[in-house]
Amino acid sequence: MLAFFVHRLGQALVVMFVISLLSFSIQDNLGDPLRELVGQSVSEAERQQLREAMGLNDPFVNQYGRFLKKALQGDLGDSYFFKRPALGVILEKLPATLELVLGATLIILLLSVPVGVYCAINPRSWFSKLMMGVSIVGISIPVFLTAIMLIYLFSIHLGWLPSFGRGETLLIWGGYETGLLTADGLRHLLLPSIALSSIMLPLFIRLIRSEMMEVLEQEYIRFAWARGLKRQRIWFLHALKNTLLPVITVGGVQIGTMIAYTILTERVFQWPGMGFLFLEAVNRVDTPLIIAYLIVVGLIFVVTNTLVDLIYGLVNPTVRLTRGNA
Amino acid sequence: MALLEVRNLEVKFPLRQGELTALRDVSFSLDPGERLGIVGESGAGKSVAAFAILNLIGRPGYIAGGQVLFEGRDLSRLSATELRHIRGNRISMIFQDPMMTLNPVLTIGTQMIESLQAHRAISYTEARTLAIEKLRTVSIPSPDARIDQYPHELSGGMRQRVVIAIALLTDPTIIIADEPTTALDVTIQAEIMELLLALCENFSVALILITHDLGVVAQVTQRAIVMYAGRIVEEGATRSIIDSARHPYTQGLINALPERTRPGERLNQIPGLMPSLLDIPAGCAFHPRCPHTLTVCRFEVPDYSGSAQRRVACHWAGAHGEVL
Repeated sequence: MLAFFVHRLGQALVVMFVISLLSFSIQDNLGDPLRELVGQSVSEAERQQLREAMGLNDPFVNQYGRFLKKALQGDLGDSYFFKRPALGVILEKLPATLELVLGATLIILLLSVPVGVYCAINPRSWFSKLMMGVSIVGISIPVFLTAIMLIYLFSIHLGWLPSFGRGETLLIWGGYETGLLTADGLRHLLLPSIALSSIMLPLFIRLIRSEMMEVLEQEYIRFAWARGLKRQRIWFLHALKNTLLPVITVGGVQIGTMIAYTILTERVFQWPGMGFLFLEAVNRVDTPLIIAYLIVVGLIFVVTNTLVDLIYGLVNPTVRLTRGNA
Repeated sequence: MALLEVRNLEVKFPLRQGELTALRDVSFSLDPGERLGIVGESGAGKSVAAFAILNLIGRPGYIAGGQVLFEGRDLSRLSATELRHIRGNRISMIFQDPMMTLNPVLTIGTQMIESLQAHRAISYTEARTLAIEKLRTVSIPSPDARIDQYPHELSGGMRQRVVIAIALLTDPTIIIADEPTTALDVTIQAEIMELLLALCENFSVALILITHDLGVVAQVTQRAIVMYAGRIVEEGATRSIIDSARHPYTQGLINALPERTRPGERLNQIPGLMPSLLDIPAGCAFHPRCPHTLTVCRFEVPDYSGSAQRRVACHWAGAHGEVL
């Protein structure tokens, strides 16, 4: 277990180093940060002076070295727009995004497993055929379009659910706000979560269905029937546990991808999370904020994948985490 | 009365290319404690026959006709629940490849205990004790440690012992073993076969042994059935079949045994291949490969001649052989 963590930590450091290098290296191509930082009235000579003072004219390696040194101390630079540490600005918005991802993940988990299993067991039923058809549609429609349709249907046409913002939030520990504890907050969470899950949910239903259909053909399932086990046990223990192995692997990567999709969802629903902030930062050429976002998201990727590997090891006895190649 | 009586069993598989008849007119019976061998090449339908007894034919196959009478009840007509109480309880199965038969993500103990609890009102602790005892019966060393291991931690031979232990758990009256040693190392094969034989004798369990190996049949079984292209071609006491085979196919199988060949000589084999079940030759299915083909063989499916205990379906044997 310890060896696994040490190994993983080493991997994570390499990944984070690469992410920091990539995200830092794009900053020169994003436009002139001075335009946002200072007003129109500043002369070109003064701008040059300011560039020199900020170190923007130094060679790339020097700039990156300086950035890395500070980054290791948790300082990713100040946001040009907010004039505050970029990391702090991002982390303030993190809970909103995580709540959105949590909502979507719950929807995916609670629906994909029962529907996927049902479709695998009864591949010829009308419900399975309907689900297969609907899921293709779901995968094909982009998130922002789904989001707009949801708003049109449930907010404008039916007027059941709010269409933007987080609604009422409660202040909890450390100055973070949560919308999960108020009825209004949960109502606001519903549509964005559905929109965010609209691509992953059909994907998972199809994945679980096809994996489970394959597992149901295995000899050990036939042997389980020959042993006279109850069918619930065969389906939900013998088959499902084997089905979940590949699903967990894919799922871990997809949770990371979902964080990327939040950019679109948050934009459409005016959800005050990291993704929304990121788009604003891009428009304002707020380079430190963009870099901070990329690094935080990269870190979330690394952490979730490590967790997924841990869970995989728990489900699959043939994987030993103590081995370095786990 | 026979313990198990299969009557005119017919199994079909509707496929895109047409309907395939995997078993036709298969009838045999099994007495309590008797050991019966079913022999034939791959594709002869012997596995299908084994699975059809427990109505376990893989989709899209189905039982198109006939009966499987177990203690007077027709298994092919039972409901799923009634069938479940027979599967693994009164009639157990042993599959071919022990690497594939045990669920890789569940411990051996879990799989043994659930088998017991599926058929007995029994506590977890009792079931575990019983499971350990059965593991000891099949000579697995330190069974109380092994029981908590996963299948991948055991060798192939050990796994097949576990499978046999599972088959024995509920004290069944019949064990159906489908090529139980084919996937094992040659050195392990004899061990497992001897174990199976000893256990069936000790607990007076009837055995249906599916195999392509006539040597194993001679060693283990009392009676044997030879199948070709989904049909029984010869049946009789094992000794009689080995010593005086009547059907040219059975004779070919016996001649193909390596023991029948002197060192340095080429091994004997039956020319040609088993026909596809979609395209069974007219008349006797074996006639294109038969050394004794008569004109009638090409047109007429041979009837059985002889008695119910010793029968053969062959025009040539009927005309030329001595009276059975």
